[in-house]
Amino acid sequence: MTPLLEVDRVSAGYGAVQALAEVSLHVMPGEIVTLIGANGAGKSTLLMTICGDPKPRMGRILLGGEDITGEATHLTMRRGLAQSPEGRRIFPRMSVYENLLMGAEALVKGDPKPQLEQVFTLFPRLKERLAQRGGTLSGGEQQMLAIGRALMSKPKLLLLDEPSLGLAPLVVRQIFGAIRALNAETGLTVLLVEQNANQALRLAHRGYVLVNGRITMEGEGLALLARPEIRDAYLGGGHG
Amino acid sequence: MAYALQQLINGISLGMIYGLIAVGYTMVYGIIGMINFAHGDVFMIGAFISLIAVLLLSMGGIMGGPAGILLVLLISIVITGIYGWAIERIAYRPLRGSFRLAPLISAIGLSIVLQNFVQVSQGARVKPMETLVAGGIEVMRQDGFVVQLAYTQMLIIGVTLAVLAVFTVLVTRTPLGRAMRACEQDRKMAGLLGIDTDRTISLTFVIGAALASVAGTMYLLRYGVIDFYIGFLAGVKAFTAAVLGGIGSLPGAVLGGLLIGLIETFWSAYFSVQYKDVAAFSILVLTLIFLPTGLLGRQEVEKV
Repeated sequence: MTPLLEVDRVSAGYGAVQALAEVSLHVMPGEIVTLIGANGAGKSTLLMTICGDPKPRMGRILLGGEDITGEATHLTMRRGLAQSPEGRRIFPRMSVYENLLMGAEALVKGDPKPQLEQVFTLFPRLKERLAQRGGTLSGGEQQMLAIGRALMSKPKLLLLDEPSLGLAPLVVRQIFGAIRALNAETGLTVLLVEQNANQALRLAHRGYVLVNGRITMEGEGLALLARPEIRDAYLGGGHG
Repeated sequence: MAYALQQLINGISLGMIYGLIAVGYTMVYGIIGMINFAHGDVFMIGAFISLIAVLLLSMGGIMGGPAGILLVLLISIVITGIYGWAIERIAYRPLRGSFRLAPLISAIGLSIVLQNFVQVSQGARVKPMETLVAGGIEVMRQDGFVVQLAYTQMLIIGVTLAVLAVFTVLVTRTPLGRAMRACEQDRKMAGLLGIDTDRTISLTFVIGAALASVAGTMYLLRYGVIDFYIGFLAGVKAFTAAVLGGIGSLPGAVLGGLLIGLIETFWSAYFSVQYKDVAAFSILVLTLIFLPTGLLGRQEVEKV
């Protein structure tokens, strides 16, 4: 089986800063794969590089076996990719409804109603705030909106950048539960970037550890979780 | 009273022209964060294309009546729109991602290029045009003073309102309008949502140029005299209008245009015609000092 996503020895960065050094990873269809690492390890850069912004300096990126290296971002995204990015990037002066609409408009044809209903089932809170401006939402609501917006295009591959950041534990559990349910029910493939290694590794089928722009470990989620060096480095010395 | 009413009518129709141009400034600023200093000259180009269209249509014997004016408007919109597209393509897109001042310098250069291009190709002398729409209606008469609403003024007000209505629907209700706003608010995210940001920016320039061309046609019909230099003064005043209304705000640009038109007209009527430009530019200085966000500029607190 061809991987849905294959990152092949990719180096990338911004300006003079090299954020990724020969990173290789793959995501099979139907998998939840997580990428864990400390702040500044290059996790977000990797997600953005997959989306074509910045372009890789070396290496290849394949989506469903097709080489998409160097392709314009909007074209790459139209292949069935969606990202809930770092910092959430909600359009502050658009309503919640318009933000959600933007998630589908340029990416998929057809009536966005079914996806909209799906998002409301997942995050009923958004339905209550439909007319409110994105910039006036709370952090948690913005996070829900960012994920909801990413789901609006019915993506084949969902890229999630730290969905747990700044959220109450209850909401985090809810979002992780939603990801698991979507994966189980619709076969949605997910590449999840997280600092919250404990929950991410429990959720994911497989995981990669990124340190200073390099992949240092990979393996099954629970197996990685059991490794002592992971426990020491990412789980606060066993307090996680 | 009658005199003041006349000034009000004059000020509003002049302000509508400024407003149409100001929208182009504010739109481009919103989407790529630069002041397109060549925009006033796009207005001038629009006026010249309208004049040429009027002459050609008159020669062909199809000028005259509302249909002729509509045809002139359409021709001017299409050709000026192409200018707008080409300007972005040639002078600004190659500099995207360059340092902030680069496109600004490019814009000033382009402004000079456009003026000289028209000066060389059309001649430096002022171009008068025979009156196409004459007369008006008498609004009121007081002590022998007749307040008149010229047909050209009615045309300006009517056409501007119609164009702005279409434009508002375009920006608030259509996929293109949403894409434009998305690019304005977060261009990187717009790309992640499959929006072709380069194309959206191009279309923004085309729409801005189209609005300026409508202003150019209206100016030609109302004042009947144009030259290659009219874009400079009108451009700076429209820019003042955009700043006064709050740069980046579309309703603000129209409001600012109206205010600048009114201020200029009333100043000329009651103080000094010679110093009418001083009044407009004093407003720019005062706005920048005391109200830098403008009347309808953003004050909303955004959570990070």
